[in-house]
Amino acid sequence: MSEAKASIDKETVDQVAKFGGEHYKYGFTTEIDVDKIPNGLSEDIIRFISAKKEEPQWLLDWRLDAYERWKTMDEPDWAHVDYPKIDYQDLCYYAAPKSMEDGPKSLDEVDPQLLETYSKLGIPLQEQEVLAGVRKVAVDAVFDSVSVGTTFREELAKDGVIFCSFSEAVQEHPDLVKKYLGSVVPKSDNYFAALNSAVFSDGSFCYIPPGVKCPMELSTYFRINEANTGQFERTLVIADKGAYVSYLEGCTAPMRDENQLHAAVVELVALEDAEIKYSTVQNWYPGDENGKGGIYNFVTKRGDCREARARISWTQVETGSAVTWKYPSCILRGDDSVGEFYSIAISNNMQQVDSGTKMLHLGKNTSSRIISKGISAGRSSNAYRGQVNVHPKASGARNFTQCDSLLIGDKCAAHTVPYIEAKNLSAVLEHEATTSKISDDQLFFCQQRGLDAEEAVALIVNGFCRDVLQHLPMEFAVEAQKLVGISLEGSVG
Amino acid sequence: MSALLEIKNLHAGVDGTPILNGLSLAIQPGEVHAIMGPNGSGKSTLSYVLSGKDGYEVSDGDMLFDGRSLADMAPEERAIAGLFLAFQYPLEIPGVTNMTFLKTSLNAILRGRGEDEMDAASFLRLAREKSCGLGMNDDMLKRQLNVGFSGGEKKRNEILQMAMLEPKLAILDETDSGLDIDALKTVAEGVNALRAPDRGMLVITHYQRLLDFIKPDVVHVMAAGQIVKSGGPELALELEKSGYGEFVGEAVNA
Repeated sequence: MSEAKASIDKETVDQVAKFGGEHYKYGFTTEIDVDKIPNGLSEDIIRFISAKKEEPQWLLDWRLDAYERWKTMDEPDWAHVDYPKIDYQDLCYYAAPKSMEDGPKSLDEVDPQLLETYSKLGIPLQEQEVLAGVRKVAVDAVFDSVSVGTTFREELAKDGVIFCSFSEAVQEHPDLVKKYLGSVVPKSDNYFAALNSAVFSDGSFCYIPPGVKCPMELSTYFRINEANTGQFERTLVIADKGAYVSYLEGCTAPMRDENQLHAAVVELVALEDAEIKYSTVQNWYPGDENGKGGIYNFVTKRGDCREARARISWTQVETGSAVTWKYPSCILRGDDSVGEFYSIAISNNMQQVDSGTKMLHLGKNTSSRIISKGISAGRSSNAYRGQVNVHPKASGARNFTQCDSLLIGDKCAAHTVPYIEAKNLSAVLEHEATTSKISDDQLFFCQQRGLDAEEAVALIVNGFCRDVLQHLPMEFAVEAQKLVGISLEGSVG
Repeated sequence: MSALLEIKNLHAGVDGTPILNGLSLAIQPGEVHAIMGPNGSGKSTLSYVLSGKDGYEVSDGDMLFDGRSLADMAPEERAIAGLFLAFQYPLEIPGVTNMTFLKTSLNAILRGRGEDEMDAASFLRLAREKSCGLGMNDDMLKRQLNVGFSGGEKKRNEILQMAMLEPKLAILDETDSGLDIDALKTVAEGVNALRAPDRGMLVITHYQRLLDFIKPDVVHVMAAGQIVKSGGPELALELEKSGYGEFVGEAVNA
């Protein structure tokens, strides 16, 4: 075992101890002057958002078209989740800190209160010197509807890497945006994607030029602060031929009694021989133990291995949100392309999760791998929904799927819903699934060795998730392990 | 000198079924006691009651550990106080390496005692030293806790945990079961290396064989939830010849 790994384990225990009794540490709100439009959704609102961002006509047209289509669509009801009907006219679609009005020219001009918010969240928005041995991480921070700052841009630009807010990309790299926006998730793909296409306000944009290995981790941190505000961000990551990038997103929100909607779209495009690793640590406010409040996390994420030998890997640690509806997918279009999905989904108290992936094998000799670890505790419901689809022309396709569910207590539920469709006889598809419980004997064994019940659960669950945790970038593996412990608090005893 | 462990008239059971019926026993620091007895006499129950396993109810009597009553202490509090149980059937925890488990355990106990946790380098050194002494290689530290371990490896691993945690009182629940003679010797050597003037041991076993390698100071015979006879090491040899028959009858008639 490496020293580094050893220090993570220590961290986990420290952290679990430190947060004992504390439920959601990101639940604070920031008192800040905001520019917020009236609730409601209409063509005027969309025109307002577009004008605010000084968008070109084609983008406004694109939004309006998405809106027209959205109006004809129905909210999906096939997921294993239950929540009251959302009144889309009672939501605010744009809120931005007032200090952003004139747009900060550099990070030095960012409102100190915002910087403090992010520092409370443990996200550095100053480009501080990093400790020896730790890789640099460039951050784009999205606060309610706008990006408040992106770090290390100059350094990245030296390699030709573009990393900026979506709004800036529209202004500065309109050709790239126009070429790739909606090319993976079409604007009318599904109800929430159409809504996002109409009203998205900001997000992150990233382009890695041919042959470039991005020199640092890129990350986006999303923060919903305003009450009654939806967050509709859009992320677009393009890895050109032979490029490589590792990208991470993290999410938090204040504790509020009412539910808040987060309907994001993430599009990844990997060209020939390119590789994108996309990791998510999702820790939106999950609501209280009786299910009051929390974020509705209705997200469309899809990656397109557009050319030969492209590789896209999704890793997600989902611990937050009241309701999660999310299926990061891969379109394996290029021959010999590879798609991966590694997921840890934890639900506690009254949380509901319906998550999984889709692997669409279109090219020849494409392969995919799905490792899903679902952990249910409290009175929560946790469903894995996955689709593996092999097109008639996709000869030599391979898939391996492993779905493991772990139950804690006797009031929670775990569901596994795999769809497998092979239209080419040469396909080799494997599916393994297990369901287990943490046994009283395992708990007692750990307790006899000095761990309290919660530390024991955190240790056992971290072990259960190991296959997935090891796919996270080092820096975030630590954070993820802590989260696993924290989000299961109160699940035993 | 006050006793390290003093059990007074202990009555305990599971689901209302009495298993221990007025058991008394005292272990002084530095002593090794062996408890022998037929199946169903309550030997393992005693180990679970002492370590605080859920579901084992004490209805009467008391257990004093270092002068402190164990009755209201959670299992982890007992572990932190220095009570260690080597399990008859060590549990598997998939995905958690032996090393991680040892470290989490040791640090939880140090923290519980208000001491500083051990840094990664010192821990690694200590773990290597202790495992080497038990004839375990580095590879075993990297493997997942007890997953795919042979019976002998699991038992050796229990002794490794004991060596790392250095408890005041070690209870060994049928540590010899399922071991071949070589594994038995290694385990016994590990246990003997831990004998110390301030440490007590309670060795629960079915067979005299283990006591050839771990020499007890006192041997107790347990039947029907009571100690029915106590004596020196010679008592174990006697039992080997005559069996438990007479004691079983005695306890039932008592």
